Amino acid sequence: MITIFFVAAVALLFLTGIYALIASRNLIRVLISVEILTKAATLMLIFAGYLTGQTALAQAFVITLIIIEVVVIAVAAGIVIGIFRHNDSLDTRKIKNLKG
Amino acid sequence: MDQETANVILIILLALLVLSAVLAVMIRNLLKAAIALAAVSVVLTAVMFALGSPLAAVLELSVCAGLITAIFISAISLTKISSAEELAAKRKARLKRFIYLPIAAVLLGAGLLLCWPSLRLDIANVASGNLSVQTAFWNVRQLDVIGQIIIIAAGVFGVVILFREREEK
Repeated sequence: MITIFFVAAVALLFLTGIYALIASRNLIRVLISVEILTKAATLMLIFAGYLTGQTALAQAFVITLIIIEVVVIAVAAGIVIGIFRHNDSLDTRKIKNLKG
Repeated sequence: MDQETANVILIILLALLVLSAVLAVMIRNLLKAAIALAAVSVVLTAVMFALGSPLAAVLELSVCAGLITAIFISAISLTKISSAEELAAKRKARLKRFIYLPIAAVLLGAGLLLCWPSLRLDIANVASGNLSVQTAFWNVRQLDVIGQIIIIAAGVFGVVILFREREEK
């Protein structure tokens, strides 16, 4: 019975992340959306480990996921700051230097 | 604690998780959004503890709720704060863009409830390993550890290059 709540929570987190990724126009909000998508994946991995009784393996995967997540966010935040210094804006619509 | 109480606590935690995630994308102030994202990590940590994954939970709490929030706050403080008029205009436009999110959530929930009886999520005949986390991490997933070391090194070099001061000509 608890499974449906976990699946619903993962689906809602995923939907929120994808929707915000599409609708957001601020680069920092885009990063926040990516974080929320990663949280959905983390929750699903932990719940899969709980269901199958292999929590140790699930934790090993989640530790790998968290490390990749923090590196991605650190580098992406640096890129966002670089874009801000270059364009004086964080609006995704104004970043079109390579367009055409 | 009996099973029913544990299930109720888990459901409350899951509701809090989704609520704080929605807040993180909807709040106007970016700093508050970063704090709501930290709240997502804290609630996820509690869920991990409840599901019997304490090591991953500790890492989630220290890295995601701590380090990533610090990265977000420093990125926000290094970028410009808009004027009050700009913020008011942006707020109206953003609320208009996010108006479809509750509709999509309701549609998804209805679809999930309708499909639920026909979904097969039973996991049968899975060998329940007696691995400890240490064995799983250091012995079974050795290649992952090497990959993580390479990724951390790549991240460090990436940040160093991105934040390097330009040499004056």
